[in-house]
Amino acid sequence: MTAILEARGLGKRYGRRQALSDCTVSVPTGRVVGLVGPNGAGKSTLLQLACGMLTPTSGTIEVLGERPGSSPALMARVGFVAQDTPTYAALTIADHLRLGARLNPSWDRQFAERRINDLGLEPAQRAGKLSGGQRAQLALTLAVAKRPNLLILDEPVAALDPLARRGFLQSLMEFVAEDGATVVLSSHLVTDLERVCDHLIVLVGSRVQAVGDIDDLLATHFRLTSARRSAESLPEGMEVIQADHTDRQSTFVVRSATAIHDPSWTLEPLNLEDLVLTYMTQAAAGSRTDTRPALETQR
Amino acid sequence: MNEVTVIEFHVEARSGVSPYLQLVHQVRQALRLGLLSEGDRLPTVKDVAAKVAINPNTVLKAYRQLENEGLVSPKPGVGTFVTGTLGDTAVSEHEPLRQELRQWLARARGVGLDEESIEALFLTTFRSATEEER
Repeated sequence: MTAILEARGLGKRYGRRQALSDCTVSVPTGRVVGLVGPNGAGKSTLLQLACGMLTPTSGTIEVLGERPGSSPALMARVGFVAQDTPTYAALTIADHLRLGARLNPSWDRQFAERRINDLGLEPAQRAGKLSGGQRAQLALTLAVAKRPNLLILDEPVAALDPLARRGFLQSLMEFVAEDGATVVLSSHLVTDLERVCDHLIVLVGSRVQAVGDIDDLLATHFRLTSARRSAESLPEGMEVIQADHTDRQSTFVVRSATAIHDPSWTLEPLNLEDLVLTYMTQAAAGSRTDTRPALETQR
Repeated sequence: MNEVTVIEFHVEARSGVSPYLQLVHQVRQALRLGLLSEGDRLPTVKDVAAKVAINPNTVLKAYRQLENEGLVSPKPGVGTFVTGTLGDTAVSEHEPLRQELRQWLARARGVGLDEESIEALFLTTFRSATEEER
């Protein structure tokens, strides 16, 4: 598995505030990668470092084998849609496309115009008059019309209503199906990530808490309920991620290569949202202080 | 290419079943119900990805699994076509199995199991038997 983005011990400090510290993460090529974590985990900082808008204060980051922002050739291969999908309110859609064409050597004019047409947008319309969903689609068009190898999106759908969100994700998936680009997408909406991503990175407090292909994550995590028992009494090969006990009952979130069934317990699959929440809760509780990822699965 | 779409996929979030398996199940189900039959073309990966807003790799993975099961086969540059069937042979076998299952259910009720206990017993046995067969 080759990495399109590789960060080692990456850190970013603003004055006294440490936005990201000692972050080591790898993004496999050709995947749609979901980046999830609580506010302040350093997701936006990581993404801005990846596209060269920020420079690290410690550690290293490489994108397509180079330092982000180090050459125009590299910048042409990386597309970025910042948080809240910003556009220039006073400029028309046509102006945006002209700007894109001037600034990007690899600009695909036909593709951009076709997309605007397919979306039913009027080129003479000012971006400031567009709805949130339309503005997001315009920002996506600008980022994908340069035909990037790596497309980075920072919470692109957070402010959109469900219909606009679905429309945006449809456009994004159509682009991925056409171009096969690698995408890194941060979002709090795990159900969206489950649809559109095939790889997931859970980042909490600058640390990768869980990483892997989503199918593997889903196939290896279970909720186990039984009469009260200790975590140690579970069979080998079951790693306990979280344990809750009442006087009589125990509930565990376990990671196990296969589903191990036993008459003394019930085992249910864990959905992705609960899986993410479990790792986030455990990390917040500070029970995992080691630097190695708590979980690593690979295809 | 403007062909009739034979089936439409959907993906249920929060089900705990990975999206690719959901697609596989939907094709199998369509085959069982006769909505899909030999020679039908499945929608293209790009169409499914764009319409359902899911990862194209997920669609590919589902189609590959269906191919491994001998239910579909890809023709490069043309599409993925249904080549297998499900269900025909099994239907005639259903009735005797149903009879046995009914007798078993009656016995279970006879010893005082309620509906939920029966369901739990069936599911755990079914799952562990499935695991052992693998």
